[in-house]
Amino acid sequence: MAPLAPVSTERDLRLDLFRGLALWLIFLDHIPSNAVSWITIRNYGFSDATEIFVFISGYTAAFVYGRAMEQHGFVVSSARVLKRAWQIYIAHVFLFAIYLAEIAYVAHSFDNPLYTEEMGVLDFLKEPDVTILQALLLKFKPVNMDVLPLYIVLLAWFPPVLWLLRRAPSTALIASATFYSLSWWFDWNIPAYPKGVWVFNPFAWQMLFVFGAWCALGGARRLSRWIDSPIVITLAAAYLGFAFFIAIGWYFPRLAAYVPKFVSDTIYPIDKTNLDILRILHFLSLAVITVWFVPREWPVLRSPVFWPAIVCGQHSLETFCLGVFLSFAGHFVFTEISNGLLMQIMVSLAGIALMVGAAALLSWYKGVERRGPGPRPPAATPSYAGGA
Amino acid sequence: MMNRLALVLALLVMAGTAVAQQPGECLVAQHQLELAPLPHVQAALAAKKLDVLVVGAGSSILPGPDGAKAAYPARLQKALGELLPGVTVTVKTDIKSRRTAAEVIKTINKPLAETKPALVIWQTGTVDAVQGVDQDQFVQALDQGTNIARSAGADVILVNAQYSPRTESIIALSIYGDIMRWVALQHEMALFDRYAIMKLWADLGTFDLTGAANKLDIAARVHNCIGWLLADLVTEAAQQGAPQTEGR
Repeated sequence: MAPLAPVSTERDLRLDLFRGLALWLIFLDHIPSNAVSWITIRNYGFSDATEIFVFISGYTAAFVYGRAMEQHGFVVSSARVLKRAWQIYIAHVFLFAIYLAEIAYVAHSFDNPLYTEEMGVLDFLKEPDVTILQALLLKFKPVNMDVLPLYIVLLAWFPPVLWLLRRAPSTALIASATFYSLSWWFDWNIPAYPKGVWVFNPFAWQMLFVFGAWCALGGARRLSRWIDSPIVITLAAAYLGFAFFIAIGWYFPRLAAYVPKFVSDTIYPIDKTNLDILRILHFLSLAVITVWFVPREWPVLRSPVFWPAIVCGQHSLETFCLGVFLSFAGHFVFTEISNGLLMQIMVSLAGIALMVGAAALLSWYKGVERRGPGPRPPAATPSYAGGA
Repeated sequence: MMNRLALVLALLVMAGTAVAQQPGECLVAQHQLELAPLPHVQAALAAKKLDVLVVGAGSSILPGPDGAKAAYPARLQKALGELLPGVTVTVKTDIKSRRTAAEVIKTINKPLAETKPALVIWQTGTVDAVQGVDQDQFVQALDQGTNIARSAGADVILVNAQYSPRTESIIALSIYGDIMRWVALQHEMALFDRYAIMKLWADLGTFDLTGAANKLDIAARVHNCIGWLLADLVTEAAQQGAPQTEGR
């Protein structure tokens, strides 16, 4: 099969928009007991913002590093991918430091007799040497910080995948799907500390990342005939409706009684760790409907309405990390000050505003650096530096 | 307006007569209870002798010298005794802190043989979440434990983790709660949704669960209510008559 070049050199703003929105949703979902998280998509179907984030990250990674591979060859582009993986690793360690501080605070201040069992989670503070080492090995799994280790592994593995994707895209996609199936068959996952396995199984989740990359390298164009067909759109809409009905039943048990037993026997448990096929289908259906509603050249994409989400999507790593930190801070406000509804809404809005502000600042700074007369040459992939 | 007032009054009267001895603060969460058939309990009630075994970990006990008396298993015994006049109710416990579901089932045969309960109330999920136990292993342990208890002639009610606002952002409870709900559905058994009930109490301001200080009185009131609500669940499910699936 002939090697595929990226479809277009123009960046698809929809990617930034939806990645930015996904980052907002991840932030809202990460604040425990946050009423505002009722608006996030995980409550209305099988998949959630993680799928969007991983797919788009695969897409942009292939877009950016695929071009680098074309221009500078395998070695240089691989080095760039690995450098990016290293940056994410550093970000993860930084977040872990904040997490440790939060835990240490809880351990100091918390002595409620109802919760002696829950205090067991603080045990690892008794042996920080082991814990920190396990965290550096990505085996310790702090709550809500599981996306970055996944991302690190996906990127570290990406150079050969990208090489194959550019040579033989179909083969690469089939290999990825095979790998996914094998991980289900043989229960492959990475062991975690102190027990269990990774929350996002990289052997399973790689498929969505590779699929995103495949789409970026011409796959989307090949799929367009299917995506535009009324049959596929109808099927996607029907599936979303089905998932919506099932999801509503999680909150209204009376409705759940209408779900036939063979259906619930078949679909449950919907496995997030191993990226259940129901979740993939749900994400694909969402994507089909979204692409149908939001065409690539939709002028509104360039309007100020969407700018806040787009700018966050363009600086996804920084925005994600800030979001994790802000979700800790938001939870702190809830327990220390108030968790009234008004406070929950204010914390959620303030968090998103801070994410947008920080992303805008980064955007501005990158612009300054690029234009500046200083001795630094422009970055190799300036407008995408935060994007892959 | 008058109609609505009348309705509220009628509801209050009904609630008042139905649960005379139960503290009012527990009541708000009653609609959270989901019933499931309890055939062994029914048989035991017919024989006027109900033995219950509470199997659990650290959140089934309270610290201190009076902890055992204030914790929900003891409160459950008291509540069942009042709700079931004429029935000899005994609640025994097999409780030890920091046990995962898999660790519990390793030693469950002994207490089962000793107490021969008609009902096993199995509180679990917290320690598994704290340690991040593999989800498949958690499912298997729940399946296995349920089968062991049932083949020993007992009905099973699962009790999930507590709602703990301060540790919410450091313990990933939700997936383990989902698994328990799913396993309960599979086995057609009741899940006592302690998490949702305590969350409701916290949201309504019934109990302040964010308190960091070592105050035993709120803890004791919470356990008292849990004991009463569990007793409600048991008696109502047993009075449902023929096995049915209402409420699920």
